[in-house]
Amino acid sequence: MADHIVPTRVYYTIFAILMLCTLLTVLIAFADLGVFNIVAALTIAVFKAVLVVLYFMHVRYGTRLTWAVVVGSVFWLGILLVLTMGDYLTRAWRTYG
Amino acid sequence: MSPDAAGHASAHGGAAHHPALAHHFDNLAQQSEAATLGMWVFLVTEVLFFGGLFATYAVYRHAYPAAFAAASHELDITLGSINTVVLITSSLTMALGVHAAQTGERKLLMAFLAATMILGAAFLGIKSVEYYHKFVEHHVPGPAFQFEKEHIRHAQIFFSLYFIMTGLHALHMVIGLGIMLVMFWLAWRGTITPEYYSPIEVSGLYWHFVDIVWIFLFPLLYLIGRHGTT
Repeated sequence: MADHIVPTRVYYTIFAILMLCTLLTVLIAFADLGVFNIVAALTIAVFKAVLVVLYFMHVRYGTRLTWAVVVGSVFWLGILLVLTMGDYLTRAWRTYG
Repeated sequence: MSPDAAGHASAHGGAAHHPALAHHFDNLAQQSEAATLGMWVFLVTEVLFFGGLFATYAVYRHAYPAAFAAASHELDITLGSINTVVLITSSLTMALGVHAAQTGERKLLMAFLAATMILGAAFLGIKSVEYYHKFVEHHVPGPAFQFEKEHIRHAQIFFSLYFIMTGLHALHMVIGLGIMLVMFWLAWRGTITPEYYSPIEVSGLYWHFVDIVWIFLFPLLYLIGRHGTT
């Protein structure tokens, strides 16, 4: 197998960044940012997930086909979330009881 | 070459091959790429599997933000944070395990697989402590559910989502532990070599995915509206 062997220091660096992001997300949760609390939390979570996908799951060093499949999953999830919430967020005639 | 491969080779008309190479692949590299792609396609289905639950969460949190915040405060942020650290560390040990497989360090691979399993078990242990707390505090949806009157109906929705999403995640962790046990056995048997470590790589993909699900579950369940609280 001709797979690229990722040096372990890359794994340790990514791990350190993930730990920092975890600390950051907990700290930010206790700050009052209004509607941006959820934006910050999700941005950090997406950033952490991207790091895991690219480096721990080797997508950065893998084939284009693998990358396309991963992007495809994000796209489909996006359709699910955007169209679902687009429906609910535009229901001006209905109030939740 | 092992005696099996040599005897097997005669069935090919003399062309021996690596014992792990299946006949419909040209070589181990192609087989490995196919395995990786296959696991990724499965993970895409898992993204949509959990995605449906996340979409449900989004709809109900949008509908009842105050109740969700109140309910979220009842979750133990310390245990949740510890579990997040535990899982991310287990992803590190898993990645280091794949590295050890690539460099042919069998004992190190077994050590990292064991570490991954221990961390995964620790996660499940902490989770069960949390579930116990929820049971004792009457936060399990059903006839015994108790909450402040103002939010009781919608807090039950939050806790339903909490148990279903973390429960499904925990089920995936248990399956992951089973997979890691098999990987440990394969490593112990000497099946895993620098030429053939695809099972470790592919199991690692599954494990990292389960970690990613938790990376999203943690802030969405534990960290709602924590500002202004201790």
